[in-house]
Amino acid sequence: MSPFATLFLRDVRLAARSGGSAALALSFFALVATLVPLGVGADLRLLARVAGGILWVAAVLAALLSLDRLFQGDYEDGSLDLIALSPLPLEMTALAKIVAHWLSTGLPLTLLSPVLALLFNLPPSPTLILFVSLLAGTPAVSAVGAIGASLTLSLKRGGLILPLIILPLLAPAVIFGAGAVALALDGLSSGNALGLLAAFAFGAVLLSPFAAAASVRLNLGG
Amino acid sequence: MNFDMGLYGAYIWPAYGISAIVLIGVTLWSIAAWRRAKAKLSRLEKK
Amino acid sequence: MNFLFRYANPHEFMRLSGVVLPFTVIGTALCLGAGLYLGFSAPPDYQQGRTVLILFIHVPAATMAMGVYGAIAVCSLLSLVWRHPLSDIAARAAAPLGALFTVLGLVTGSLWGKPMWGTYWVWDARLTSFLLLLFLYVGYMALWNAIEDETRAARAAAILALVGAVNIPIIKFSVNWWNTLHQGETITSGKLAPVFLAPFLLMMAGYGFLFVSLWMVRIRTSILERRARSLMQQGAA
Repeated sequence: MSPFATLFLRDVRLAARSGGSAALALSFFALVATLVPLGVGADLRLLARVAGGILWVAAVLAALLSLDRLFQGDYEDGSLDLIALSPLPLEMTALAKIVAHWLSTGLPLTLLSPVLALLFNLPPSPTLILFVSLLAGTPAVSAVGAIGASLTLSLKRGGLILPLIILPLLAPAVIFGAGAVALALDGLSSGNALGLLAAFAFGAVLLSPFAAAASVRLNLGG
Repeated sequence: MNFDMGLYGAYIWPAYGISAIVLIGVTLWSIAAWRRAKAKLSRLEKK
Repeated sequence: MNFLFRYANPHEFMRLSGVVLPFTVIGTALCLGAGLYLGFSAPPDYQQGRTVLILFIHVPAATMAMGVYGAIAVCSLLSLVWRHPLSDIAARAAAPLGALFTVLGLVTGSLWGKPMWGTYWVWDARLTSFLLLLFLYVGYMALWNAIEDETRAARAAAILALVGAVNIPIIKFSVNWWNTLHQGETITSGKLAPVFLAPFLLMMAGYGFLFVSLWMVRIRTSILERRARSLMQQGAA
């Protein structure tokens, strides 16, 4: 099995074992989706209008929860040094971790989103768009998140700075993702928005391993 | 110079006021930091 | 590139900046003074009345906000790629200045918007982008402060600054797109009457001189602080 696959599977297994970060993300997602109507009132028309934005923001925040541990576990017990020395380029390691993170957060969140969309009275067509937008966009959250995680991996309380660093960078994803849903709600075509979102996510997944690897190297005392 | 702002005074003066306070403030802060650093360094160099 | 490296030596920089600083300070005073005088002497603008005066401090602040981030990005590149020694200090020194310019841009923009558009805040593309830019500055400064080891902090911050710089055009584009989507306000300043051009340019120059002056002071301060720190470490050894 290729080094990439080995590392990837290891990270997926770790994520699955670590007290269910997927469960945590899903619970957080659902909780936020529950709190918002309590905050803004139960006007179903209003909720449908804000569903895209609220659910997108909630998904981003939920995915953030497990990000600070992305590299820290391996850093603390020394595995990261060993991984850095292995023949697998650090960029590939970063990519493997990004994919594993997405599988344990972004993907489950995407799968739950239609259920939550129901709570917001979102019609079927925009719900489908929401699903697709989260599917395409959450990889960007994991990718950009990996940059933040690698920059802060040496910090004990890095968890506080991490959202501050990456949330502004994720604004385009929220804009395009929620925008796509809003367009669909108005009966307009979401093609543009989804295309822009996909381009953003593609660029993020492609480029962030380089930034993340550079950050890991500098933290390993390179 | 014409200082009659008409209705808009309520917006123009605060804008200028805040800008002045912030810019003068950061100038004073920077100068103070410089003086402190200089003093500290000359103390250490005298030892 | 060699030009930049000649002044990479802290001694050289102290010498050079010591010579240049009086001129930039004078430049600041003259430009701001003349700009304010001419601006307040001019008659009210045909379209905007006296609120055009706010533009004299809003646009320079906003321009500097963006320009300083660009300077930080360049310094970060110099630091990471060419290992230019003073770049870290320069980037860190510039950040609070850029953040303050951003705050001023937001505040003055808001105060300009109220008489023009009726509310203190309007989610137009420019103001929203500046709000995000402010967060980028805050994150950058927070990262510098959070990492204890100076060398590591410098490189981490440099990476963050470059990632941010790459993202800024994307953010601007997406915010513009978002703005048209939700039919938000488009705050266009329109054309500036010729009588305002001179004070406007003077204010822009004045803000530029002010930034350069303060930047040099802060870099010089950092250099002295570094010397003090190394002396203390030697003393403790």
